[in-house]
Amino acid sequence: MDILSNLALGFTVALSPYTLFLAVCGCFLGTIIGALPGLGPSNGVAILIPITFTLGLDATSALVLMTSVYYGAMYGGRISSILLNIPGDEPALMTTLDGYPMAKAGRAGDALVLSGVASFVGALLATIGLMFLAPSLARVAFLFGPAEYFALYLLAFCTLGGMASNNQAKAALAACIGLGIAMIGVDQSSGLPRLTGGNLHLFDGIDFLVAIVGLFAIAELFFFIESHGKGSSIGVVLDKVRIPWKDIWHTKWTMLRSSGVGFVAGILPGAGASLGSFLAYMTEKSIAGDKGGFGTGVPKGIAAPEAGNNAAAGGALVPMLTLGVPGSGTTAVLLALLMTLNITPGPTLFTERPEVVWGLIASLLIANVVLLLMNVPMVKIFVKVLMVPAWILLPGVTMISFVGIFSLSGSYFDLLLMIGFGVLGYFLRKLDIPTVPVILGILLGGNMEDALRRAMTLSDGDVTYLFSSPIAIGLWVAAVLGFVAPMFLRGVLKKPQAVSD
Amino acid sequence: MASDRIFGLITLITAVAYIAAATQIQTNFFSGEFLPKLFPLLIGAVAAICSLVLVFKPDPDPEWPASRTFVSMGIAVFVLAVYAVMLSPLGFLLPTMFAAGILSFQISLRIGPAILSGLGLAVGLFVLFKYALGLGNIVAYRIPTVEKLWNAITVLIPFVGH
Repeated sequence: MDILSNLALGFTVALSPYTLFLAVCGCFLGTIIGALPGLGPSNGVAILIPITFTLGLDATSALVLMTSVYYGAMYGGRISSILLNIPGDEPALMTTLDGYPMAKAGRAGDALVLSGVASFVGALLATIGLMFLAPSLARVAFLFGPAEYFALYLLAFCTLGGMASNNQAKAALAACIGLGIAMIGVDQSSGLPRLTGGNLHLFDGIDFLVAIVGLFAIAELFFFIESHGKGSSIGVVLDKVRIPWKDIWHTKWTMLRSSGVGFVAGILPGAGASLGSFLAYMTEKSIAGDKGGFGTGVPKGIAAPEAGNNAAAGGALVPMLTLGVPGSGTTAVLLALLMTLNITPGPTLFTERPEVVWGLIASLLIANVVLLLMNVPMVKIFVKVLMVPAWILLPGVTMISFVGIFSLSGSYFDLLLMIGFGVLGYFLRKLDIPTVPVILGILLGGNMEDALRRAMTLSDGDVTYLFSSPIAIGLWVAAVLGFVAPMFLRGVLKKPQAVSD
Repeated sequence: MASDRIFGLITLITAVAYIAAATQIQTNFFSGEFLPKLFPLLIGAVAAICSLVLVFKPDPDPEWPASRTFVSMGIAVFVLAVYAVMLSPLGFLLPTMFAAGILSFQISLRIGPAILSGLGLAVGLFVLFKYALGLGNIVAYRIPTVEKLWNAITVLIPFVGH
């Protein structure tokens, strides 16, 4: 009954009237952010981190607020997926496959409510899974030495590159860009600057928030300048929203299975939510067979990826909290949030700061319930958000990003750097080079190098030390497999492309 | 094809420069002779290999926009850069109005909405940041001295600024 008492602790932290208020605000704000075309969960949360930081909230309140925004954005993302056929982020792509055809067939309301319920089931089950699995994994994590940690970071980059991108070399290059940027700044052991080119502004290193906001938000601006905001108008009508009890009952097993699949996929470091929604959709498609009609707007085709996606988002929190290795782009942003709040995820987090971990878990459960209650009756309000024209939205987002970063350091240098990251992000995305490994590289580069250096110091420079324990060898094998195997599986597991009108 | 090759070449040169810079990293007694260089050298090497793969095995070209679009993106970058250095000497309202207005025009290509969103965003966001969120370092306007303006502008000129 350890879990129950821990959970009770979490709820005492997260259930005060003030934090509840923050959770409701965060859910509302997050849903709007997620629903806005061109603003997915990652960039939404990224833009808000610096602002939350300057608001001076304490760690728990900030955590509750941002996790609600994060979950809200995941909920909101499906609104633009289903109504506009524009996935807010990578994992939402699978929802468009059946969601958009169903909406076009005049059942937009049903599709929205069904996907909301599926998200709820997926997220709820994943949070319960997180409660059971994370503490035991945290115990295993105590066995991890520097060699194991180095292999683990490597595994994260390899699976991320292997599964989430179309070209291994490009994903690895993206990781190198991020890691290379992370090396800039004063070296901790010698106290001497590294790779700064003598620029004083770089002595502190490059703040990952600057990179995240630049790569996600500013790059988006350039895409809208390119397209002049075309393709973001609603083509489907939303009439009265009713709760489709029949569809929900009909898809119950689909939701449960997809949650399981998504949760397991989410736990793999680096693989994350995209893999979760993809695998969930593909599993259900093959169970249903040709008669299932997947891709034509069937309820199961909506329930599966949404449950899988949200379960994976919960699963991705397991490696993030216990090992400090995030499993997806959005969890990387959440890790950034924790690091900004001076909370270092890892096995010791569970014993040293249980109020943070269990407060977070409790606030996830609260956010989930709030979102379900908020989304069904208020979905029409959120749909109105889609009407915000791009010519006011994108300049607004850009200005908010500037103010956020400016209020962090008050220096023009960070702003110029952010613009530079925006340009970089535009070209990377154009060339089909994933940006999430860049972010992950900047976030984890310092820790990864630290692990390597400690391993080398302990072993007196003996490279074989890196492969000296069974756990380390297992992680290395998994890393190589995760990187190489998708090259051969690419022919078999073809990603479905978005439906076109 | 060509885009990947060009990009691969750029990253290859950067990787080689990175490796060269990494060999020059200063070390002292506390850090040991080799450890601060080890990881940067590894990263540079992996990046160089990946760049070579891109050069020799490029993917098909993406759809690049017309050169006119690149000009307008260049203008956007310039506007943002000027905004970045002017935010401090001129305060929030005036630079935001211009920057938001210009960006808005670049997306919609219409004057009316651009003026509207410039004014609206400047005032709206100021009220939001200052009064709703209480961010401290947002100042409505500042009357700058010529020297301060010049200092801000020189930041953007290579080799003159600091």
